[in-house]
Amino acid sequence: MNYRKLGIFMGKKTIKLVFLLIVVCIASFWIVEQSPIDPVRAYIGEMSIQPEQKAKLEEYWGVNTPAHEKFLNWAENILKGDLGTSLIYRMPVTDVVKERFAASLLLMASSWLLSGVLGFILGIVAGMTNGTLIDKAIKVYCYILLAAPTFWLALIFLLIFAVNLGWFPVGLSVPIGVASEDVTFFDRIHHLILPTITLSLLGVASIAMFTREKLIEVMSSDYVLFAKARGEKGFDLVKRHGIRNVALPAITLQFLGFSELFGGAVLVEQVFSYPGIGQAAVAAGLRSDVPLLLAIVIVSAVFVYSGNLIADIIYEFVDPRIKQQEMKT
Amino acid sequence: MTNTSQINVEKRGKTEALLKVKDISLSFTQYASGLRQTDLKVISNLSMEAYSGEILAVVGSSGSGKSLLAHAILGILPSNAKLSGAMEYDGHDLTQKKKEELRGKDIVLIPQSTTYLDPLMRISSQIIGSVDAKNADSRMKLQREIFRKYDLKPEVERMFPHELSGGMLRRVLVSTAVMRSSKIVIADEPTPGLDENNLNETLSYFKDMANRGYAVILITHDIEAALKISDKIAIFYAGTILEIANTDDFTGEGEKLRHPYTRALWNALPQNKFRAIKGHQPMQDEVLEGCFFYERCSTRNEVCSKCVPDLKICNGGMVRCNNVS
Repeated sequence: MNYRKLGIFMGKKTIKLVFLLIVVCIASFWIVEQSPIDPVRAYIGEMSIQPEQKAKLEEYWGVNTPAHEKFLNWAENILKGDLGTSLIYRMPVTDVVKERFAASLLLMASSWLLSGVLGFILGIVAGMTNGTLIDKAIKVYCYILLAAPTFWLALIFLLIFAVNLGWFPVGLSVPIGVASEDVTFFDRIHHLILPTITLSLLGVASIAMFTREKLIEVMSSDYVLFAKARGEKGFDLVKRHGIRNVALPAITLQFLGFSELFGGAVLVEQVFSYPGIGQAAVAAGLRSDVPLLLAIVIVSAVFVYSGNLIADIIYEFVDPRIKQQEMKT
Repeated sequence: MTNTSQINVEKRGKTEALLKVKDISLSFTQYASGLRQTDLKVISNLSMEAYSGEILAVVGSSGSGKSLLAHAILGILPSNAKLSGAMEYDGHDLTQKKKEELRGKDIVLIPQSTTYLDPLMRISSQIIGSVDAKNADSRMKLQREIFRKYDLKPEVERMFPHELSGGMLRRVLVSTAVMRSSKIVIADEPTPGLDENNLNETLSYFKDMANRGYAVILITHDIEAALKISDKIAIFYAGTILEIANTDDFTGEGEKLRHPYTRALWNALPQNKFRAIKGHQPMQDEVLEGCFFYERCSTRNEVCSKCVPDLKICNGGMVRCNNVS
């Protein structure tokens, strides 16, 4: 592989990311500034308070400083690595994000893998049996999944598997009333299963439909016709030529799906009360925790950006055809 | 020939054809307007025979359905194609099941362009094809041997199709055909856009195959190239074969040729009279009652417009014309 090329590529992408983050920061700060949130009220909650005390707090928080000064102060602290203090969790935002993001990452990674593998297999099966009852069944299944909202599916799953059948816990990531050092690995897995399945469903449908279309296209190509003429047939033919040619674009698409994954996580975590970054985002938004909300916006931007970056790298550096073109130019 | 892999057939008697194509017709079902279905006939009542050790060139203009003839013989037509008529291979009926059994083994195809190679698979895997582990080594050896013979460097086997030059691609595609000890080679337009040297080199591969006992079917639009190496020329026109002539018949002003179209084709060549006849081939959706060449024929008579002339044996060739006895 051409390491110099990769270096330049990564350099360019990093510069782009920096610009993106600056724009995201300015935009989200401006939106928050425009919102009718009163940070003092958010901090003290429902407590009643004297006007003098409120004025003191306002001065302490710097509520009345001009917007651009606020932004510059905030940006300066961010550059120093200080994301501020979360108003609802009463601890440094960095710690909240770290803890929450780790939990979410586990959930997103497992459902990302599950949806990728399951979707790809379903797509291959549907593509191979194009036009038959199996294909139609898979297609209908995918359309239903695509049409059904994630949070609704989450509720239905919760109703069936957690409430009626009692196979899984109704929420949270660890059992209630157990000391954190006593929580076993199995407990965590047990709590993870239902949210993971729910979150992966949407991804399954899009990957399966894409893989199906792509496989049908590949199987009607000249090179598959020639492979048939050479006596290749059945699953061997699909394996040798179909899967080989479908895998790369499908993996690329799966990486591009990071944004949907994050969006889905917000809804699923909310329904399952799973203490991840999505749930924190909702809480921060509803309860006016501005520092936390802004931090989550930045983290999610980086997360989605890295998914796109990986897709780009696969496209530019792994596909032998693109490599060749790069060499020619 | 030094190639040890070829356990090829001893030259069989010229009287018995290895492959017989008898009166086949091929049509596609299409949706014309709305839900109305029509049949688009691309091959009609086509007959031909291929002999071991001989090259039969099927010559016709581009886009006239010649490739589909190759696909029909190999049984790799799309699912909306309807094929009628009969084929015989080595004295046995060539059914779809039999075709699936034989293709890649006894009957091989040399396709026309790089799009027929898997863009993401290395050359050697494509040439060797799908084999189980115990045969892989011997196949690998055979492939290296063939590469040496066709002057392909060993590093070519690790390349991807897009990395090949035009000449290399030609030789790679030919290599795929000689991997198996096959009996029939169908080459579909193997010489498009080749310069004189490359053309002659490619043609020599086919001559060589025929000498080793293969029955070679060369599908091409290039009648000059076909005349250089073929034993027989089949003239493909509007989905059927109008004449099967021996290569020696193409001489002078075409007096020995049986069909007026063949004669016109011969006389249209630059080194001959360089004279084209008027008109064009009938379209595939035109319904023709008489001779397919009726509109453009100079010797037509009333009978010609009424029914399709039968294929007649004449002077060691075959012709579909009423004016030949």
